[in-house]
Amino acid sequence: MADWDPSKPILEIEHLSISFFTRLREIPAVMDFSCTVMPGEAMGLVGESGCGKSTVALAVMRELGKTGKIVDGSIKFKGRDLTTMNDEELRHIRGSEIAMIYQEPMASLNPAMKIGAQLAEVPMIHSGMSKSDAWALARQIVADVRLPDPDRIINSYPHQLSGGQQQRIVIAMALMAKPALLILDEPTTALDVTVEAGIVDLVKELGEKYGTSMLFISHNLGLVMDVCDRICVMYSGEAVETGNVTEVFDKMRHPYTQALFRSIPLPGADKNARPLISIPGNFPLPHERPPGCNFGPRCDYFQQGRCDAADVPMFTVPGGDRHETRCFRWEEIDWDAPPAKREVKEKAEIGPVVLKMEDLKKYYSVSGGAFGGGAKKVVKANETLSFEAHEGETLAIVGESGCGKSTFAKVLMGLETATSGSIMLFDENVQSTPIQKRNTDTVSSVQMVFQNPFDTLNPSMTVGRQIIRALEIFRYGTSDADRHQRMLELLDLVKLPRAFAERMPRQLSGGQKQRVGIARAFAGGAKVVVADEPVSALDVSVQAAVTDLLMDIQRENRTTLLFISHDLSIVRYLSDRVMVMYLGHVVEMGTTDQVFAPPYHPYTEALLSAVPIADTKVIRKRIVLEGDIPSAMNPPPGCPFQTRCRWKSQVPGNLCETEVPPVQVLEGGHQIKCHLSREVLAKMEPVIKVAAE
Amino acid sequence: MLIFVARRLGLMLLTAFVLTFVVFYLTNLPPNLEKLARSEGSVRMSDEAVAGWIEQNGHGGSVFLRYGQWLGVVPGWTRVDDKGVARGRCFAAGTDPAAAPRYCGILQGNWGYSTFAKTQVLPYLSGMLASTGWLMLWVMIVMIPSSLVIGVVAGMREGSRTDRVLSTFSIATTATPEYVSGVILVALLASPVTGLSPILADWGWISGRTLFLGASSPDNITFWSFTLPVMTIALYGIGYIARMTRASMTEVMTAQYIRTARLKGVSFRQVVLKHALRNALIAPFTVIMLQFPWLLNGVVIVETLFNYKGFGWTLVQAAGNNDINLLLGCSVVAVFVVLVTQLISDIGYVFLNPRIRLS
Repeated sequence: MADWDPSKPILEIEHLSISFFTRLREIPAVMDFSCTVMPGEAMGLVGESGCGKSTVALAVMRELGKTGKIVDGSIKFKGRDLTTMNDEELRHIRGSEIAMIYQEPMASLNPAMKIGAQLAEVPMIHSGMSKSDAWALARQIVADVRLPDPDRIINSYPHQLSGGQQQRIVIAMALMAKPALLILDEPTTALDVTVEAGIVDLVKELGEKYGTSMLFISHNLGLVMDVCDRICVMYSGEAVETGNVTEVFDKMRHPYTQALFRSIPLPGADKNARPLISIPGNFPLPHERPPGCNFGPRCDYFQQGRCDAADVPMFTVPGGDRHETRCFRWEEIDWDAPPAKREVKEKAEIGPVVLKMEDLKKYYSVSGGAFGGGAKKVVKANETLSFEAHEGETLAIVGESGCGKSTFAKVLMGLETATSGSIMLFDENVQSTPIQKRNTDTVSSVQMVFQNPFDTLNPSMTVGRQIIRALEIFRYGTSDADRHQRMLELLDLVKLPRAFAERMPRQLSGGQKQRVGIARAFAGGAKVVVADEPVSALDVSVQAAVTDLLMDIQRENRTTLLFISHDLSIVRYLSDRVMVMYLGHVVEMGTTDQVFAPPYHPYTEALLSAVPIADTKVIRKRIVLEGDIPSAMNPPPGCPFQTRCRWKSQVPGNLCETEVPPVQVLEGGHQIKCHLSREVLAKMEPVIKVAAE
Repeated sequence: MLIFVARRLGLMLLTAFVLTFVVFYLTNLPPNLEKLARSEGSVRMSDEAVAGWIEQNGHGGSVFLRYGQWLGVVPGWTRVDDKGVARGRCFAAGTDPAAAPRYCGILQGNWGYSTFAKTQVLPYLSGMLASTGWLMLWVMIVMIPSSLVIGVVAGMREGSRTDRVLSTFSIATTATPEYVSGVILVALLASPVTGLSPILADWGWISGRTLFLGASSPDNITFWSFTLPVMTIALYGIGYIARMTRASMTEVMTAQYIRTARLKGVSFRQVVLKHALRNALIAPFTVIMLQFPWLLNGVVIVETLFNYKGFGWTLVQAAGNNDINLLLGCSVVAVFVVLVTQLISDIGYVFLNPRIRLS
C-alpha cells in the first residue's frame, strides 16, 4: 500500500464486464464499464433497477456469488488489481480499505449479536486491537455518528433500534477501520425522508472529515446531486453518461439522461399544463438486449441503420470535466430544444363532496412484555381526523411511516372499524360497517390501489381471470361474455394490450402489474380510490407513466383519488389538496399551493426541506430534524411534533409541551395545527427557491 | 416471564388432565375389566361372578368417579365382601379402614398396584425410568453434537460435495425406522452367524462370538453393550436434526448480515462460528426438544429389541399383560415428558432469539 501515489485514482475500473452464469445461458449484467474515483471524491452511480449498478459495487468487493464472474476488464484499487487477488488478500482489503453500507440496515446487522460486538470485530480483525480497546473505539464511533446514549446502544441488539439508528450503526461499522473507499448501496431507500436527510448530512460530513472517497449508488437523482461530485448514469448494464454532477444535470449529452430528467416531477411540473413525459416501452431484459445502442428502441432520436448497427463506444465531450457519453448522435441533437410531444391537458372540474370524515379516531390496544402480558397500551393511530373530499379531486395524504396514513386507509376501506367519529360516503354512514357487511355497491365504489404490485396479484391466476373475478364480486353484468368484454375494456383503459388477459403475473413488469392493479380497482366503477403509495415501488421512468394513467382515468371517470404518499415531489405534481399527517394528527391541510408555500407547519417545513430535488437551480434551506419519529405507543405530551420542532422557542410558556395545539384556519381555508402565532407564521420563509437563470 | 410460565403451566395441567382421562377411559373399558377379573380371579368365572368381582374391586360405577379416585380428588372406595372383610382402595384387605386415609390417588403418591410386577407402580416405574434415563442420556450425548456438526458442515457450503454426501447420509438414516435399523445393526454386528462378527471371530480379532452385544442391561453400561441400542435410536434423530440444521444453516448463510460480515473481512471460519452458528441453531433447538417425546417412541422398540429393562420395555409389558395401573402410570410419565420439554423449548427459544417475544 505504501507505494501508492495519492494523486492517482483510488479506484479505477476499466472495461469491466460481469456475467451471471445460469444453467440456461450466460446473462451479461455489466458490459464495458469504466469509471475512476479520485481520492476524496464522491462518485454517484445512477440508474433504474436491473441496470447493473449494484453489480458493479459488489464486483468491487469481489462478492458476486457463485454464479457471477468478472469476464473482462480490471478493477484497480490503489493501483492493485482486485480481480486477480486471492481470498486472503481480499480479506485484508474488505472492511479495512473498502467498506460498504447497505440498503436494508435491519437485514445487514446480525440479529443475535450485540451492536458493540459487531462493531468491535472490525479493528480486532484488521489491526489486531484488543477487545477492550475495540469496544472503546466502537463507543467513540457510535458517538461520532451522532447516536444518543452510545453506552446503551453498543450493548443493545439491532432490533432494539429504529431504522435510522440501525443505518447509523451500519455507517459506524464501515468507518471503524477508517477505509479509503466507501461503497454506499442505496443507503437511505428504506428510510423516511426526514431521517434520510440526517443520514445524508452525516455521510457528507464524515466523508469530508476522514477524506474518504465514496461510490454512491442510488436511483434518486436528487440525492446524488446532494452527495456527489461526479455522476455515472447507467442503463441496461452500460454506463451511458459520466461527468461531474452539475454538467450532467444541466448539459446532459445522452438521450436517456434527458428522458430521465423529463420523467421526474421537479418543481414547476404540473399535471395539466406541463405533464411529465414518461419513457416509452420497457427496460430490456439482460438476455434480450437490442443490437447496437441498448436505449435505441425507447429513444426519440433513434436512427435506423446507425444506432442499431454496432456497439456504441464512449465519446468524450470536449470542454467538459471528464464528461463522456455513449451516443453516436450526441453532436447532432439539439439538447436545448423543448420536448416535442408535451400535451397540455384540461384541468378537471371539482364536483360536490363525496366523502366526509368527522372527528375520526382509531385506537389500538396492544400488550407489552417479553412473554406477553404486561401493561396494555393504547396506540392512537388516528386522532380526530376531519376532512372532505370532492368528486374529481386528488387529495394527497402525506406523512412518514407511523403517522397513521395506512390506518386511515384501512378504516375507510372497512378493514378496520373506527373507534369513534363518522365517515360519510355519499350521505351514507359507513364508519362502523366492516367490509364483510358492506353492500356490493359500497365495496365497489371504494377501492384501493396497493403499494407493492408484486405481492398483490395472485401468482397462479391469469391477469384476465383476476379482473373478471373482481367483476363477479361486484356483480357486474349478467353473463360471462359481458364480464369478459368489460375486462378487455378495462385493459384498454389502463393501456395494456388485450393479449395480456392470458398472461400470468410473473410475465409482467412492475409497471404493468400496477396497471393491472389499477384496472382491478376501477372494475366496479369506483368513485373513491385510495392509492397507497402506488408508484413508490416502481422505477422512475415507469412512475411517470403510471401516475399519468391514474390522472387520465380520474379525469374520465371523475373519481376522487386519495393519494397516500411520502414523496412530496409527486404530491406537488398531481394533487389538488394536501393533508400532512404526523403521529396520527393532521398537522396541516390546504390546497397544494398553500401547503407548499409559507406559512408552513414546522413539520411540513422540515419535510419539504428534506426531499432532495434533482435540479441545480433550486436552492433549498437545510432543516435537519433531530432524532427519530416518536413511537405511537408512547407519544410526547402536548403537540406531537414538539420533540423535534425548531420553532418551539417562539411559543411563549411551555404550551407546546402541555397542550395539543388548536387548528388555526388561515385565509383560503388553510388549516395549521400549531401554537405559533399568526405573526410568526407570516414571517416564515419559503424552503425552496428557484434561482434566477 | 413469570406470568408466561404460570400460564403455560396451567395449560399443561389442563392438557395432562384431558390426556390422562382419555387413557384412563380407554384402559378401563368393560372388556379390559372383564379380562382383568378373569386373570386376577379365575378364568372359569361365570359372567355374574365377573360382574361381582368388578363391583367388589372398585371397578364399578361411573368412569368419572373412578377417575377421580385414581386422581385422588374423590374418596377411595370401600366395600365389605361376603366374608365380612373390609376392602378398599386405600388400605390392604383385612387392615382397619378407619386408620387409612380417605383419598389415595396419584396426587397422594399412590399410583396403584401393578399386577404384572407384583409391586407398587411408583417405585417400580421410577426404577425403570432411571434405566431409560441412562439410555436417553447417551443417545443425547451421541445424537445432538453429531447431528449439529453434520447439519452445520453440510449447510455452510450449500451444494458442495460435502453437503451432498452428508445430506444423503441424513436422508438415509432418517428414512429408516428404528425397527429396521435395529434389526440391521443386530444382524450386521451382533449375530454369531451373519454379518461381521463370524468373519472377525474367524480372523481371531475378537475373543467373543459377536462384536457387540445383542442385549444390554442398565447395571452394566459399557461401550460394547450400549453402542447398538444407542445408535439405533440416535441414527434416526441424527438424520432428522441434521436436515433441520442444514436447512436453517443454508438460509442463514445467504442472509445479508453474513454478507456484511464477509465484507468486513471476517474469515470464513469466523463467519460460520461467530455469525452464522447462533442464528442457525434457533430452529434446530425446537426440533431437538420435539425429539424428546419421539425418543420415548424409539425407546419402546429398542428396549424390546435389546431386552433392556426400562420404561419402553415396561410399557410393552404393561400393555401385553393388561396391567391397568402400570399403563396409566406410563401414560402420566409420557404426558409430562412431552409437556415439560415443550415448556423448556418455548422458554429457551426466547433466550436464543433476542427478537422473539411470545404473547
